[in-house]
Amino acid sequence: MNVDGIREMLQNGKSVEELVHSIFDKIEHSKLNAFVTLAKESALEEARRVDKHGAKGMLGGIPIGIKDSISTKGIQTTCCSKILEGYVPPYDAHVIERLKAEGAIIIGKTNMDEFAMGTSTETSRFGPARNPWDLSRVPGGSSGGSAAAVAGGEVPLALGSDTGGSVRCPASFCGVVGLKPTYGLVSRYGLIAYANSLEQIGPFAGNVKDVALLLDVISGYDSRDSTSMTKKCEYLKELKDDVSDVKIGVPKEFFGEGIDEKVEKAVWGGIKALEDMGASYTEISLPHTKYSLAVYYIIAMSEASSNLARFDGLRYGLRLGKDKDWHTTFSEIKAQGFGEEVKRRILLGTYALSAGYYGKYYLKALKVRTLIKRDFEFALKDTNVLITPTMPFPAFKIGEKIGEPLALYLADVNTVPINLAGVPSVSVPCGFAGKLPIGMQIIGRHFDEATILRTAYVFERNGGG
Amino acid sequence: MKEVIIGLEVHVQLNKLRSKLFCSCSTQYHDSEPDTHTCPVCLGLPGALPVTNGKAVDNAIKVALALNCNIEEWTMFYRKNYYYPDLVKGFQISQYDYPIATNGSISLDMEGGERIIRIKRVHMEEDPGKLVHVGTIDKSRYSLIDYNRSGMALLEVVTEPDLRTPKEARLFLNKLKNILEYLDVFDSSLEGSLRVDANISLAGGARAEIKNISSYKGVEKALLFEIVRQNNLVRRGVKVVQETRHFDEVRGITISLRTKEGEEDYRYFPEPDLVPITIADRVDDIKKTLPELPDAKRQRFVLQYGISDNHAKVLISELGLANFFETVATEVDANLSATWVADILKGELNYRDLDISAFSPNHMVQILQVLKKDTITENGAVQVIRTILDEGGTPSEIVKIKSKDLLKMDVDASENITLRVIEENPGAFQDFCKGKNEAMHFLMGQVMKETHGTVNRSTVIELLNKSKKEKLQNAPDNHREA
Repeated sequence: MNVDGIREMLQNGKSVEELVHSIFDKIEHSKLNAFVTLAKESALEEARRVDKHGAKGMLGGIPIGIKDSISTKGIQTTCCSKILEGYVPPYDAHVIERLKAEGAIIIGKTNMDEFAMGTSTETSRFGPARNPWDLSRVPGGSSGGSAAAVAGGEVPLALGSDTGGSVRCPASFCGVVGLKPTYGLVSRYGLIAYANSLEQIGPFAGNVKDVALLLDVISGYDSRDSTSMTKKCEYLKELKDDVSDVKIGVPKEFFGEGIDEKVEKAVWGGIKALEDMGASYTEISLPHTKYSLAVYYIIAMSEASSNLARFDGLRYGLRLGKDKDWHTTFSEIKAQGFGEEVKRRILLGTYALSAGYYGKYYLKALKVRTLIKRDFEFALKDTNVLITPTMPFPAFKIGEKIGEPLALYLADVNTVPINLAGVPSVSVPCGFAGKLPIGMQIIGRHFDEATILRTAYVFERNGGG
Repeated sequence: MKEVIIGLEVHVQLNKLRSKLFCSCSTQYHDSEPDTHTCPVCLGLPGALPVTNGKAVDNAIKVALALNCNIEEWTMFYRKNYYYPDLVKGFQISQYDYPIATNGSISLDMEGGERIIRIKRVHMEEDPGKLVHVGTIDKSRYSLIDYNRSGMALLEVVTEPDLRTPKEARLFLNKLKNILEYLDVFDSSLEGSLRVDANISLAGGARAEIKNISSYKGVEKALLFEIVRQNNLVRRGVKVVQETRHFDEVRGITISLRTKEGEEDYRYFPEPDLVPITIADRVDDIKKTLPELPDAKRQRFVLQYGISDNHAKVLISELGLANFFETVATEVDANLSATWVADILKGELNYRDLDISAFSPNHMVQILQVLKKDTITENGAVQVIRTILDEGGTPSEIVKIKSKDLLKMDVDASENITLRVIEENPGAFQDFCKGKNEAMHFLMGQVMKETHGTVNRSTVIELLNKSKKEKLQNAPDNHREA
């Protein structure tokens, strides 16, 4: 299911209403648990409107799934946490406004790790989402529902958010394309924050073209996000079948210990394939990569500990029967509303920011982050893309790693440095390990989504993946 | 008695701004229903992001300049993490390192001469919502929260521990308020516009921080209470402990909230949703827009109008009053204007709890012109002012209607009445001749009653003294007998 295919269907006489009905039918009979809230009424209403007045806008009549961390006016938005049970935002995120303006049809909210804290979509209060390639396996996370919905053919497009790999990891595990834009390219207004300084909303699709199209719709300056920037180009227009100017850097640190052999082989195969298509490559080094995980988790957890303080059930979300005094009431709501992983990160983050530890952890992490960012800037002077495996291994079994938080954290080893550096990165399918997809990560210069998308596009068109 | 050491943290609302500090909600909520001036940002809804109000930064720079501060090249916001139901996000966006300004001062005009109170720092932060209780906080069964105030721009002005008396603290606050109103960034008449945390210790002892005092007089009262409390502890040999205290305005006492061990760890860290703001490039432009400040105005009034420093001091205490004076002084004699505006009109306004906007400078000019022409008495002029304030009307109308009472009596008529009063009150006159002041007041009162206040006091005193002299010359023995 892709955008061109749907347009063709619609041109051949299928109504948007029929399309949307069939999508809901498919989702309702799906085993993927990709969607947690369906916006049936509003989606059908919008579909009928498009049928009546014709498809307008860049995404006229195109269905889309939205991660449950992105605020949708009138549609429950919970970050798949019990603590936000019943919360219906009174406003749309910037990206939702953009989607609506371009005629997209919002199908519903997709499953995710609670507050985007995870790599497997297992910490969702709605239960784990499943990998369409093997239902016993995780779809990756935290935007697992979005990736599974696209891979499972439920919707052609979906939005996720990527704080440390949360778009690219599930894209890799589910064999779809997922992009983490440059920090600042897409407004975060309306994205429920996990770690503000790291995250971006990113598109999922079955192919690079649709990712570029969706990026065209959601990117650009928004005055409500102080960290947002003006975009430089239209991404779909920049896609062409030419990588002769692409100089690939292959950072050796990203092929280190813990990387599955099949994954390593597939990604090298991808690099060689791109070379055959006219690109060149050199092996390079990003020397501070080894600190990335530590730096990432300190920053992300510290910011999270502050971001999540507002969830107390007072103004919205979970309420437990009879109220006691406020201290007790809100302690109980937090105790019952947050899951284990969320509590773990709040506690660690609170500790890292405490008097006497701030300088030792948070401040130091910020300094090392600068070094990591410089590594990328330096490496991307002589090259214009870097290529690495997205994930060290293919999708694992549901329940396999959930008992070992540290092992799960290690799975983010190749994705978190990109968020620390703020550069863009796309994960594109690159072969299989058995019947499980493998993802190749293409990283670019700040605000140069055009080049990484073009590289991915050429790779995809010429039989990569 | 040990030396008293006081430092203040003053939170003023930049309530002249049109919108809040990080969103575009209106600041004009004071007469509105609760929660009607709110949006996703100031309600802290999930996903909402702050955007700094540039005008708020400009106003903060204005204040920093007026307080003679160092203004940094750039400034940034931090998160101050603490949990309280009126705080929508579980943290307050405030400043920590890199505040907007540091190292300023305010000079106070004390009886013993000028006192310089150093300002340690000035920083911006957002106001939380407001807890509302039915009855009192201890008796109310629940708390209501009004989020209209949430996100209002606050400026925190922190002094060095340079204040030595509660009175100095009050004068400092008045001066600060005065400067802020001159800058047109602050309206002190709005509820909740100013809140003060006062730190106070006796030399060598631990300090108490009295939180959230919401009135100027409250600060002085709370500090006076603390001095007595801490002195009593010292006298009894009890150690003063470092603690945070609450000021109970109704009972006029401070109550312990928590000791140092219970102090919160605010876990400050840079606000990731905002970027650092470069301010150095705006300072010069803002400097050019700075109005004349109270101290400068006071000096100019003395020099330009030749009025007394005391009058100048009263006149500059409110910008409206100072402007009023200048309007009047360009039309009539400056010294006369100063006396009538600073002493008489100000008194009449204070008595009625009115501010200067209740009286037109044109009316004042007309009154003083009539007074100068000697057609009405001083008392008559006061009557005109009172009538305008109480009943309305213009000076000419009032003079016309009440001419009988206001027009000045000629000296002959005054003399006749005075002599008659002396004749009718021989005892009082005798006492007056013996130098009794009360007798003079009595006789004066009688004359005023007879003439409806249309004679000059000085004329009456002259006449009384003349009669006294005559009496003493005619009957020298009387004096000796007494």
